[in-house]
Amino acid sequence: MARPKLVPKKPGRLPISDKVFKIGATLAGVYVLIMIALLVFQLVSESYPIWEEEGLSFIVGTDWNAVEDRESFGALPYILGTLATSALAMAIGVPLSIGIAMFISDAPAKIGGPLGFLVELLAAVPSVIYGLWGLFVFRVYFKDWIETPLHNAFGDSIWLFSGTPFGLDIITASVILAIMIIPTVSAVSREVMKAVPQQQKEAAYMLGATKWEMFRLAVFPYSKTGLIGASILGLGRAVGETMAVTMLIGNATGIAAIPSSFFKPSQTMSSIIANEFVEASPASLHLPALIGVALVLLLIAIVINVIAHILVTRMLKVKEGAINN
Amino acid sequence: MTTTLERRQEYRALFKSNVAKRLVVDKVVRIIVFACVIIAIIPLGSILVEVFKNGIAAISFEFLTETPGSIGSGEGGIGPAIQGTLIIIGLASLIGVPIGVMSGIYLAEYGDNRLARSIRFFNDVFMEFPSIVLGIFAFLVIVLILGHFSVWAGAFALSLIMFPIVARTTEESLKMVPITYREAGTALGLKKWVITFRIVISAAKSGMITGILLSVSRIGGETAPLIMTILGSSQFFSSMDVPMDALPLRIWRLSLLPYDSAQLQGWGSALVLIIIILGINLGVRYYFANKKGHGIIGRLIKAGVTRQK
Repeated sequence: MARPKLVPKKPGRLPISDKVFKIGATLAGVYVLIMIALLVFQLVSESYPIWEEEGLSFIVGTDWNAVEDRESFGALPYILGTLATSALAMAIGVPLSIGIAMFISDAPAKIGGPLGFLVELLAAVPSVIYGLWGLFVFRVYFKDWIETPLHNAFGDSIWLFSGTPFGLDIITASVILAIMIIPTVSAVSREVMKAVPQQQKEAAYMLGATKWEMFRLAVFPYSKTGLIGASILGLGRAVGETMAVTMLIGNATGIAAIPSSFFKPSQTMSSIIANEFVEASPASLHLPALIGVALVLLLIAIVINVIAHILVTRMLKVKEGAINN
Repeated sequence: MTTTLERRQEYRALFKSNVAKRLVVDKVVRIIVFACVIIAIIPLGSILVEVFKNGIAAISFEFLTETPGSIGSGEGGIGPAIQGTLIIIGLASLIGVPIGVMSGIYLAEYGDNRLARSIRFFNDVFMEFPSIVLGIFAFLVIVLILGHFSVWAGAFALSLIMFPIVARTTEESLKMVPITYREAGTALGLKKWVITFRIVISAAKSGMITGILLSVSRIGGETAPLIMTILGSSQFFSSMDVPMDALPLRIWRLSLLPYDSAQLQGWGSALVLIIIILGINLGVRYYFANKKGHGIIGRLIKAGVTRQK
């Protein structure tokens, strides 16, 4: 009977099962890179006909017609619609979120904890339920209490308030979007504000600062990058949001969808896809056009999110450095 | 240099007025900040109240189990939608969870090199991709090639939303396991995969389950990618290769119908969906957050995980 080998294996050489395990884990890790590459490749190749047909006028054109023989696809109104609703949502949602983050980061845990939890619950409500609530509840109150008075007061003098206040328009969709980005922006802002070293806050208090002055002197300058990152993260979410917007924006098409007033129906990139995708025939240019819109949407979302992640990670890295010191 | 009495009084008055002003500003900011919190919570309260108030009238045994009746009749129910939602969540988890867990293991156990850093970064970015674009992707690679709407396409689209969440939460929970556990395993002469599966994962279990359940509650409410993959139907599940229904899709369709009875059914479906999703969400937070420290939930939020689309 042969004696078992007592010579140890060479250091650094993995047993075969560990090699398989490592390869498997690596493949699963690389899966996300493969998916991104495949996603971009698919969108580009499937939307190729529309770029060939329309060229740059796909992005700058305003005509959108899917009728056979009169086909013309210009996505500019939807790009503008997305930008307008997202910008409005940011203008409403970001100040609110930063206020919430200030309150929660500073309140005693007994109050701040449950309130923070409630704000986060806003994130757990599905988009389609926001849409349903917006359509049947919020729209009615918003139309009667805010849109109509604003229209009556400024409708003739300021172009932003012209149009018919009907509740299915840019401003309603933007307010719902603002509510939907609040949990993200406030959670990240809170995290970023917590990263400010305690000594800085104490130093501000020692100089006799009030709470607001402490935020102004110690917290905001220190966490500026992170707060901007948090807001851009919210922008990224607002840009990609589909269902609630589709249900509330009024769904104009073509040149009518160019946003020119708060009280006008419009259309965003994601809502035109949701509205028309199922009816689009793969044989015509309609489907490539919608895929082209998706490609533009994806590229915008990638740019926004990459910037946001770089800013937020940089800020939170500073935090780790501060703790080590 | 000495200051005269008048000078001193002048300073004192200036200081006092200044302090008063600063205190007023501080007070105003406090009120504004508190108002922000209230303004954010009002919609949540309103949504919950309206969904319960309007939805409860629609709920009945028939509503939960039957197929939808003819449009506008107000008869029938949402049985296929509930069934479809459960099927699609199950299938998406079947694809998404293993990939996500393995990817998280890679990031936590082998993740201190350049490749892993870029994977982590793109994982975070992928998590924020508009879900409708992922739906189109699933449409292009599965529906268009097979030639018909398919349940697999929907499950694939949802798994794409799921796996980055699972990967990041797995990574975060594995990282919280002390290195000494792994060293103890190595000292016993165990292989790395045995250490990972038997020791590290069992120690990190609760964090991983939290992440998986939160990702389930997230995909349960997804609508946009289902429009172009499973399409919606009014029949019970019969085969993987035909359209299927899901609760979010049913809510969307019902909300577009001009009948009061459809609206009522929409609210009823919303009630069922919100009970499922908030139930998972609250249950996970209550159970795991109270049980195993507060770390993991905070980290998930930081990673932006808990968000619905």
